[in-house]
Amino acid sequence: MNLKDIIERLDLKVYSGNTDREVSGGYASDLLSDVIANAKPDNLWITLQTHMNIVAVANLKELSGIILINNREPEETTLSKAKEEDITILSTGMQCFELVGKLYEMGIHGNGE
Amino acid sequence: MLKEYKADFHIHSCLSPCGDIQMTPKAIAEQAKANGLNAICICDHNSSENTAAAIEACKQNGIELLFGMEVNSKEEVHTLALFDDIHSLNELQKTVYDNLNGENDDETFGYQMVINEDDEIADINPRLLIGATELTVETIVDRIHELGGIALASHVDRERFSLIGQLGFIPPDLKLDGVEISPNYIRKSMRYDFPMAPGFTQVTFSDAHFLHDIGKTFTIFLVEKITVSEIKKALENKDGRSVIAYS
Repeated sequence: MNLKDIIERLDLKVYSGNTDREVSGGYASDLLSDVIANAKPDNLWITLQTHMNIVAVANLKELSGIILINNREPEETTLSKAKEEDITILSTGMQCFELVGKLYEMGIHGNGE
Repeated sequence: MLKEYKADFHIHSCLSPCGDIQMTPKAIAEQAKANGLNAICICDHNSSENTAAAIEACKQNGIELLFGMEVNSKEEVHTLALFDDIHSLNELQKTVYDNLNGENDDETFGYQMVINEDDEIADINPRLLIGATELTVETIVDRIHELGGIALASHVDRERFSLIGQLGFIPPDLKLDGVEISPNYIRKSMRYDFPMAPGFTQVTFSDAHFLHDIGKTFTIFLVEKITVSEIKKALENKDGRSVIAYS
């Protein structure tokens, strides 16, 4: 599935990065160490963490994007780093459970493994 | 003259919801003495309200005292703050309380007892001390330094509430003075060096929540006296000061 379609259907706010990307699956976690261990390339990552380290993790794991839940905004330092490294940061007013449910309905059933 | 100080700078009192009710400042100081410690610091979650009572208790037991707190960041990263004086700690307390929401549920999380100098319960703290503040870990470390303190990343080897567990790795611009390795890491891995914190001086403390854990894990500092500037030098391995052992 293309990230653009997801953004449109779920009305996500775009903070940074390229939105024309393929999404291989999804991973939801607020422990960055866990994301490093378990997310797969091109996964869409759902989290409440807004720290600058999310950009490095997305880069390292070649994720297709990050969705911040509950109307969270990226820190300034996070956003400037995301722009610099072309990492896609999105946000939604939905809570994690609701967002993951919607993504599941759209056909994203796991991290693609 | 330089001297070896056996120190446990991460002890929770009964003010922390998870701290045992027997952990009054007086009992902590007596136990520290019994276990052969020379210096301690009470670091409760997001609060410093039992530190005043610890001053007299430590004096009576011949224990050196630093003034501290374990602050929880927005990312749920725990950081130890150590100061020379209660004034600086109180300033940090204001910053933390201004950015800490919620009320404690003592049935669920435990009672948060403020103890006076006579070792009596003076108050029950109503705040959600176990909660996360709205402050980023960078803001917390900078504030600690502004107030003249030492900032150590708590139990960095743990998955929960640690800098590395929550944020994957140590943020490159974070100006920490050192990292704390938890007793469990040493017991389980049978090694003393934690590989994911290169370039940071490592220390280890008990993180005691019960009296019998105080001083079980400690760090020996070779310093002239127990002050922030001396401990800082030891962490930087400067002027002959050093962290000589931990266990």
